[in-house]
Amino acid sequence: MPEASVLEVKNLVSGYGKREVLKGVSINVASIEILAIIGHNGAGKTTLLKAIFGLIPIWEGELSLNGGTMRSPNPIEMLAHGVAYVPQGNRVFTELTVRENLEMGGVTLRSKASLTEGIERAVDMFPALKLKLHRTAGTLSGGEKQMLALSNALVLSPRLLLLDEPSLGLAPRLVSEALMRIKQISTDSRTAVLIVEQKVREVLKIADRVCVLRNGRVSFSGPSKDLVDETKLREVYL
Amino acid sequence: MESFRCKGLSKSFDGVRAIADLDIEFPSSEITSIIGPNGAGKTTLINLLTGFVRPDVGRCFLGEHDITRLAPDRIARLGVARTFQDLKLILQVPVLDNMMLARPHQAGETLIGALLRIGVAKEEMRNRDEAIRLLRLVGLEEKATDLAGELSYGQQKLLTLACCLATEAQILLLDEPVAGVHPDMADKILDLMRTLRDEGKLILFIEHDISAVRRIADHVIVLDHGKVRAQGPPREVLERPEIMEAYLA
Repeated sequence: MPEASVLEVKNLVSGYGKREVLKGVSINVASIEILAIIGHNGAGKTTLLKAIFGLIPIWEGELSLNGGTMRSPNPIEMLAHGVAYVPQGNRVFTELTVRENLEMGGVTLRSKASLTEGIERAVDMFPALKLKLHRTAGTLSGGEKQMLALSNALVLSPRLLLLDEPSLGLAPRLVSEALMRIKQISTDSRTAVLIVEQKVREVLKIADRVCVLRNGRVSFSGPSKDLVDETKLREVYL
Repeated sequence: MESFRCKGLSKSFDGVRAIADLDIEFPSSEITSIIGPNGAGKTTLINLLTGFVRPDVGRCFLGEHDITRLAPDRIARLGVARTFQDLKLILQVPVLDNMMLARPHQAGETLIGALLRIGVAKEEMRNRDEAIRLLRLVGLEEKATDLAGELSYGQQKLLTLACCLATEAQILLLDEPVAGVHPDMADKILDLMRTLRDEGKLILFIEHDISAVRRIADHVIVLDHGKVRAQGPPREVLERPEIMEAYLA
């Protein structure tokens, strides 16, 4: 029996000011599934994540979470529905310590016990951070900041993770490690993942399905294994 | 071109040594790539060379100028420009305005110049033409009137590169210029860097994409724990088993 969709987006139109970036995008993400979004710079990948998380308005189209329609989603509402978003560029609070950052990640949790539990679960995924809980985040390396940004999202045990280029700034050795960690998070925590990634060959190894965006429209959608063939990959992406 | 070097450079954060007694002279009119694991000190080195972070010990020199304690804008005026991992564009203003702000020594930027406006209009026109030329070079001419914040990350990255070029600096320090950029566009950026090198600029770039390093670097420096572990031509450095093991595996 196919897994139910955590996220369903139909004919989504959105953009900035008067500029239409997404021109009718339809995707769906099943629970415990990783859907990769790839495409040229400016194709609308980041815009799609922002529209889903409610950071920019949806002009037209429908968005459903766990079967319920979201009329005009906003980030607080999305967090409450178990959606976490990790933007590009390892955004962390550089003046705060690692632990304080994680506390900010769990700011919507009501009890101290669930916050502590959430933080422990998040740093279990990234043991390197466990040793640096009292370091100021600004003094972490780019890769460590990226781990922290991801951990911040995990404090809330999301059902759907929106990840924008999590491999950015990571040394080659860490790229596949980070992506395998994301796969592990998805499997172990039963979390659906919608991931935008420019390191296409690496992300194909962990994604179940892939969607190619071109000029604000879906130009290809199918199982990742269909793009393992270099010729096909070049045809749809390069 | 003036030599660009650092001597005995050290920096610690929270008691952790990020850069440890570095002596480096960057070859003029060449492309030098700095590689190394996350936390090796690569970005800190660029921050030290451009005045964004003060060293605990050691000095940085541009020719005979000791630039160690100079503010970043002074160093930029001496011809050392840089890009950042987190880009640092002014997102709320148009692409073209970001470019115009990067132009150096503008007549209108002094109080007298702004009040009297002698030659300011003509200069602005020249700067605008040059900004458009550079935007064309990086493929962003059509985005000139869009807000910088409306560009995709890859496009914002190209804009930071164009801003860097607009400063007319002879030394360019680029922090991961092709990370997060589609392969087609990455090719264009690498070609552009090669052209700039051929025009006589010294380019120092941090990069994790080793294929990019192999393609355009003349010289590679491997940093680890704030120290130089290896340096030399890419075909020699990148074939060393200990480098492969520590960084590329």
